[in-house]
Amino acid sequence: MRYAPHSPEEVKEMLRAIGLERLEQLFDDIPTEALLKRHLNVEGGWDEERIRAYFRKAAAAMPDANKAVYFLGGGIYDHYVPALVDKVLSLPEFYTAYTPYQAEVSQGTLVAMFEYQSLICELTGMEVTNASMYDGASAAAEAALMAMRIKGIKRIAVSKAVHPDIFEVLHAYQVGQDFEIVEIPVLNGLTHAGALDELPPVAGLLVQSPNYYGFIENMPAFGSAIHEKGGLFIAAVDPLSLGVLKSPKEYQADIVVGEGQSLGNHMNFGGPHFGFLATKMEFVRDMPGRMIGETNDVDGRVGYVMTLQTREQHIRREKATSNICSNHWLMALASVVYLGLMGGSFKELGESILTRSTYLAEQLAKVGYPLRYRNYFFKEFPVHVPNATEVQSALAEAGYFVGPVIDENTLLVAVTEKRTREEIDGLVGLMEGLR
Amino acid sequence: MRRLPPLLKELHKPGRKGLAVPRGGFEVRPAAELLPTDLLRHEPLSLPEVPEVEVVRHFVNLSNLNYGVDTGFYPLGSCTMKYNPKINEEVSAWFSDLHPYLPAKYVQPLLELLYTLQQDLLEVTGMDAITLEPAAGAHGELTAMLMAKAYLKDKGLHHKDIVIVPDSAHGTNPASAAMAGFQVITVQSNEEGLVDIDKLKAVLNDRVAVLMLTNPNTLGKFERDIMEMAKMVHDLGGLLYYDGANLNGILGWVRPGDMGFDFVHLNLHKTFSTPHGGGGPGSGPVAVKKELEPYLPKPVIVKDGETYKLETDRPKSIGKVRSFYGNILVALKALAYIKALGGAGLREAGALAVLNANYMRVKTEEFLPTAYPGLCKHEYVATAEGLKRQFGVRTLDIAKRLLDKGFHAPTVYFPLIVHEALMIEPTETETKENLDAFVEALREIVEEAQTNAELVKSAPHVTPVRRLDDTKATKQLKVRW
Ligand SMILES: Cc1ncc(COP(=O)(O)O)c(C=O)c1O
Repeated sequence: MRYAPHSPEEVKEMLRAIGLERLEQLFDDIPTEALLKRHLNVEGGWDEERIRAYFRKAAAAMPDANKAVYFLGGGIYDHYVPALVDKVLSLPEFYTAYTPYQAEVSQGTLVAMFEYQSLICELTGMEVTNASMYDGASAAAEAALMAMRIKGIKRIAVSKAVHPDIFEVLHAYQVGQDFEIVEIPVLNGLTHAGALDELPPVAGLLVQSPNYYGFIENMPAFGSAIHEKGGLFIAAVDPLSLGVLKSPKEYQADIVVGEGQSLGNHMNFGGPHFGFLATKMEFVRDMPGRMIGETNDVDGRVGYVMTLQTREQHIRREKATSNICSNHWLMALASVVYLGLMGGSFKELGESILTRSTYLAEQLAKVGYPLRYRNYFFKEFPVHVPNATEVQSALAEAGYFVGPVIDENTLLVAVTEKRTREEIDGLVGLMEGLR
Repeated sequence: MRRLPPLLKELHKPGRKGLAVPRGGFEVRPAAELLPTDLLRHEPLSLPEVPEVEVVRHFVNLSNLNYGVDTGFYPLGSCTMKYNPKINEEVSAWFSDLHPYLPAKYVQPLLELLYTLQQDLLEVTGMDAITLEPAAGAHGELTAMLMAKAYLKDKGLHHKDIVIVPDSAHGTNPASAAMAGFQVITVQSNEEGLVDIDKLKAVLNDRVAVLMLTNPNTLGKFERDIMEMAKMVHDLGGLLYYDGANLNGILGWVRPGDMGFDFVHLNLHKTFSTPHGGGGPGSGPVAVKKELEPYLPKPVIVKDGETYKLETDRPKSIGKVRSFYGNILVALKALAYIKALGGAGLREAGALAVLNANYMRVKTEEFLPTAYPGLCKHEYVATAEGLKRQFGVRTLDIAKRLLDKGFHAPTVYFPLIVHEALMIEPTETETKENLDAFVEALREIVEEAQTNAELVKSAPHVTPVRRLDDTKATKQLKVRW
């Protein structure tokens, strides 16, 4: 068999050591009525070349970002991934290791995790974070649960302008736990601040900025409003925007979550990426997930370990702050490599995105596709496009992928630092031709 | 004192640049020209500015402090640290530049691959429908428990609010059940390390919603009375859940569906050879019997004639447990593995995993008792209780001394029901020489414990750092620079 190393002689010898004759006897403890009396009906037994051909054929038939031009957004973006990121993620000692249970032979992972935590705290202005979550949507849902734990109130307010998947995840959690979601409506592309006036007591308020439409919310106003009512402010942010946009600390966020894909991860058809969850030190014991701390060894040398584990499932079981065990560390490692390379250019990077998105929005307006609402945006924005689905299809046929479609008159357009002037002008030209 | 490489922050010098921002024919305009100043960041941002070659060296040097499957034998019980085939890494990377919101028409070949994986996993588990959405094992458990809740609500069985887990269960089981709003009741194992049927009977009643089982359990023991347990739970209108993290021990020999389980999660990052990445990303698909299909998270990948669809119109679905569709690249690695092995190969992998575990068990029993002797499946649990009592050498000491001898340690102090537990899972991809070498290392340590206990108790001696102070880490919490 592939990947199994024994010679037939060795198998016999090992069976003999156990006191058995045939491999089948290893399953004598299983009731016969449950045993499978045939081979699994699974096609395979292929050599490497056949496996390559099989996957290559599928990959070659699809318009990935190396063949087509992407203006797709809605949470995942065609961002620049430096060559070194993939190289580091392919270092076998990183990617073939398990969770760093044996700290003394896992300092590579642990040091990088400590760096990751430091960088996320630096970006968000928070005091503490864990060593990653699965993704932005599940991190947001965990933050909501965390706020309800802290406040002891089973009600949470959530802006309708957050990514729709966040709502879907919260709804799934609601199947299990008894809590109420107060939806804060959207007005002209932004969370409707006025709706907070009648808010019943809530554990917290979740607002995303830039929101699902790409618009920058008035976060300081939401921060003060919810604090006045005694709730926690949960901000969902795009970490790549934080070289330019106000940091969550500046608008008094209590918990900060986000999707980390923009920091050095490929799109991966939506996964895997990583989520982050950061907060203030006072809430550290209510945080889900693994956390790394600095300490020293018996000789006084600096070293790193997993810490505050008494919050976690392997110790607290049904009383843990979360059930999370494996996280999305390798994808978070991409962000550490990325920030190590881009640290000196991080603000410029944000500005280069802003420069492009502003330019594209202006050009589209000139050819008859105005912004759906006149708000400030960072890297994506909704434009008024009659028959948005048809336009999207026509552009796709020309090798330009734009979207998602928000409604029949609204198309979301995203621009990253990867898009060239030529590509942007190309999109404008195509859309002008479709009028 | 620091022997570790300097942190990125210490490599920083202001004004340095690593990589350039792509120009793309644009002159970058300052943010202050484009946005009102009250939207802009005023708090200083201090990120490391490091030249590329120093970043390369930083991570290469860090990786050298690590131990992975590619470094050596990694018998970490319950984690199935089998070889991660390189072809899987290569072919999955070809799908990394696809956006999840590409119209389905353009990603048919990818959806076909995912559908094929789904069909193969259904055959492996003996189930009827599946989702690839959950991101990890624990996430699969949570998904499944939420589905159970939705199913019970739908059937009007609101009084069913209890989930039973054995005391040998992984911590994620009770934690996931609690997160899904169930009350958790723990049932004790018997002297053979199996669920005690009488104790189970005693806690079974009409309020029981789900019995969560790992089979083979975390002691590596097959729950012999599984069919009877299934009947007992089903007779009460309850559901039987399979924690498939330990599927490697029965792969191709017995299927959860045929044992009477109603739903199951798999850890693709265990049985199906995808790497653990130092703690993820994994993938925890959930497969279910027909009656639970309506509650699967959205979207479900279905085949409609010759077309593959991401179906979202599912009124009874629990919703989503994460964004988009799952850890797609991880799923593709698992598919490449399945295609390398095929049905016969998977069955052989299962058999050889069990062969390796039993071979090691018999060998280590010569000097270290197994907590629950007799035939095991993919893993077994040894106990150092005697060594602790006689020589003051604990399991933790043995684990650390193994690091000195060039091995990764087994899982320690789990399951909780075994004192001084060492949970050993060799997997099928290890050579006999590796198994023998590990056994000899363990034998030496047991001898050292008797002749020079201090040497073991003060281990490790030759690792990049020595035993670390966990208490200090908690008491003087420092979680960022
Ligand atoms: C038996 C068992 N169940 C569940 C899990 C949880 O899996 P994950 O870490 O992928 O969430 C594990 C792995 O740690 C396990 O061994």
